Amino acid sequence: MNPLQNLVPPENLAQIGFAAVVTVTFMGALIAVLPRNILYNVLGLALSLVGVAGLFLYLGSPFIALMEILIYVGAICISIVFAIMLSRPLHLSLPKRRLPKVGLALGVGLLVFVILGAIIAKTPWRRAPVRSADWSTATLGNYLLTRYDLVFELISLVLLVAILGAIIISGYARRRPS
Amino acid sequence: MNSLTSYLFIGALLFSVGIFGLFQRRTLIGMLIAIELMLNGASVNFMAFNRFLAPDPIIGQIYTLFIMGIAAAETAIALSIILALFRTIRSINIERARELRG
Repeated sequence: MNPLQNLVPPENLAQIGFAAVVTVTFMGALIAVLPRNILYNVLGLALSLVGVAGLFLYLGSPFIALMEILIYVGAICISIVFAIMLSRPLHLSLPKRRLPKVGLALGVGLLVFVILGAIIAKTPWRRAPVRSADWSTATLGNYLLTRYDLVFELISLVLLVAILGAIIISGYARRRPS
Repeated sequence: MNSLTSYLFIGALLFSVGIFGLFQRRTLIGMLIAIELMLNGASVNFMAFNRFLAPDPIIGQIYTLFIMGIAAAETAIALSIILALFRTIRSINIERARELRG
């Protein structure tokens, strides 16, 4: 028995880990939204996505957690950083923050949260009568290539079209003569 | 930690933070970041239903993978639009993009 297990029993350790993951998620989300320097926002988004990957681990699928880190943190955040560097918004003057707009946004966000929370609390969630216990990544791959094959191909097509469209849009834009 | 509603509240809170950021920011990249937060709130919801309610615990994971693919495509398109817009009007403040205002 290692000394850490003497100090805290394993179930408490799991709870502490869960609290840490939730804290990281929401601190990252707040950093992603609040500061006015856009680079801090991207780093906060990366932190929040790492927290969400931890949540996926607690929800029992390490494969999706790894994909979250690979795709979101590794690809999306890095490409946003590239866009920031290419468009140099850091050198431009930041627009002044207008208080009524922030207040209105806070009001809308709170309203959405209250409505969603009321729905979550009021609905009697029923689990399915028969639940399969197969969580493995092998079954996931099997489903992707048999039952959900069409959707898989469509996602590939959408990604291809998006990449071509991105090249065309950013390649043919010229500065407006003015 | 091990109940459906706690995960649903986490997802709802992430979504609300994303909506707050979407309405509050005026740079396009900031709005894109807020949209990513909202997509992640939806993903957390799918994974929670998958873990606690669904008859087959694979389908939620597949949905989450598809959300990630759509998010990647959306980010590529949005970033190229941002770059084109920056090259045209030398700013990423959306209130200066008023060419199509009519």
